[in-house]
Amino acid sequence: MALYSETVMDHFRHPRNVGIIENPDGVGEVGNPICGDIMKIYLKIENDVIVDAKFETFGCGSAIASSSMATELIKGRPVSEAMELTNKAVAEALGGLPAHKLHCSVLAEEGIRSALLDYHKRYNLPYDEEKFALLHHDEEDFSDEA
Amino acid sequence: MIYADNAATTKPSQKVIEAMVACLSEDYGNPSSVYTLGQRAAELLQNARERVAKNLGCDPSEITFTSGGSEADNQAIRTAAFLGAQKGKKHLISTPFEHHAVLHTLNKLEREGFEVTYLDVHENGLVTAEQVAQAIRPDTALVSIMFANNEIGTIQPVGEIGAVCREKGVLFHCDSVQAIGHVPVNVYDLKIDFLALSAHKFHGPKGVGVLYTKKGIRLQNLIEGGAQERGKRAGTENVPGIVGMAVAMDDAIANLDKQATYVAPLRDKLIDGLSKIPHSILNGDRTQRLPGNVNFCFEGIEGESLLLLLDNEGICASSGSACTSGSLDPSHVLLSIGRPPEIAHGSLRLTISEDTTHEEVDTLIKAVTEAVEYLRSISPVWRNLQEGKQDFIIQ
Ligand SMILES: Cc1ncc(COP(=O)(O)O)c(C=O)c1O
Ligand SMILES: [Zn+2]
Repeated sequence: MALYSETVMDHFRHPRNVGIIENPDGVGEVGNPICGDIMKIYLKIENDVIVDAKFETFGCGSAIASSSMATELIKGRPVSEAMELTNKAVAEALGGLPAHKLHCSVLAEEGIRSALLDYHKRYNLPYDEEKFALLHHDEEDFSDEA
Repeated sequence: MIYADNAATTKPSQKVIEAMVACLSEDYGNPSSVYTLGQRAAELLQNARERVAKNLGCDPSEITFTSGGSEADNQAIRTAAFLGAQKGKKHLISTPFEHHAVLHTLNKLEREGFEVTYLDVHENGLVTAEQVAQAIRPDTALVSIMFANNEIGTIQPVGEIGAVCREKGVLFHCDSVQAIGHVPVNVYDLKIDFLALSAHKFHGPKGVGVLYTKKGIRLQNLIEGGAQERGKRAGTENVPGIVGMAVAMDDAIANLDKQATYVAPLRDKLIDGLSKIPHSILNGDRTQRLPGNVNFCFEGIEGESLLLLLDNEGICASSGSACTSGSLDPSHVLLSIGRPPEIAHGSLRLTISEDTTHEEVDTLIKAVTEAVEYLRSISPVWRNLQEGKQDFIIQ
């Protein structure tokens, strides 16, 4: 059996939305080089709708595929909907991820959330602190380390 | 397909397969049985033992067949620790970049009250005999240092270390799993007391190996049971595996010169080609290394995605990135030679063999160069480095 599903490999080999956005409305960078995955998400937002999303990722196959899928899932969606994107939805859309790779999809969720926080701050928009509280996600559930 | 992961395992030769199949289909008797079929198996076993011993430069009675390198490492260290403890010696010397079969056994002994000194392996991945001499204490029970490192391929001055240990009366275990069949090894000349080897690293089968134990050392069992292997390793012998190992070892030792005359120059060509990638660095000493080992770090990328891209091109390789190990930490070997974690994540190991061709090496250089370039083009770290927001670690 392959390590990753066909969908993961498709998004890894042909990632959607790779790159940067000039004059973005929100940018989020999550992860750190010490543990091996870094994701940077760029958003273009018009009338509270995400009209474009791009990413750059330093990371494993799961991280690259998760960034690709997460940006696909939020493109064309209202900000309020993008706020609700979960790592579970990303992993499911990818046809599942190996247990020890779920944390990479968490990173994608956090990347989007972090870019949205940046958007709210840039434009002085009111926001619910609690919605961004997960930026220190409890990863315990996602690790299968023995 | 290009198989460039010979340090992980090797392809069994046709000769090995045929010998094993003959053993499985015809000589299937139990070597402990008295009838002819059983005794035929016992003969095969004895014959294999003699050939393995000859190749190592020792006596057949000093050979114990095991389930592989890991078991041999465990048994050697456990034996030395047991014998040492009997004399009140509970200090061990090793390095931080041993295989986990050694490291995890040492960690367990630490929890059982032993003290372990881990010698600095320096940026080039080498220890010196002087370091060993300085670390030896009156209560040192064992020095366990690998012959050649499985990730970065560095070859230790084993003869000098053996001489120091013999002179100071300390047992010396040498995990030689990566060395056998690739460089000359003679346990007598090198003054080795315990040696571990594994058949699948030199075109033999998996799940079979050897523990050489110098005569006079009372080996301690890991597995209790029947009287096989002089009572030191119970369990009906893996006759087909052992026969296959002997065939593979004879072949590997007979062709050792090819490692130096063909494989090593090919390795150097690969190293030269990959060195042209900007901000890349070779891991491990350039000359004191296994003939087939190439290991690089590329700044700004992560290793697993590199492996997946290479797999796409039909290339089998390996990496020390955390994401390939299932843990969050990158390779302990790369960390031990001082590579920072963010660099260690971007490592690639290519291990070639005498079956690798010049054309394959050209393809490897091209494929790796392109994959690294692509991954950098989508990496936010690389962008920061390019834009000067972050300093390069690898110049
Ligand atoms: C240096 C070293 N020691 C020990 C082992 C373990 O050998 P085996 O897989 O036969 O248990 C390996 C194999 O990966 C190795 O490279
Ligand atoms: Zn990852």
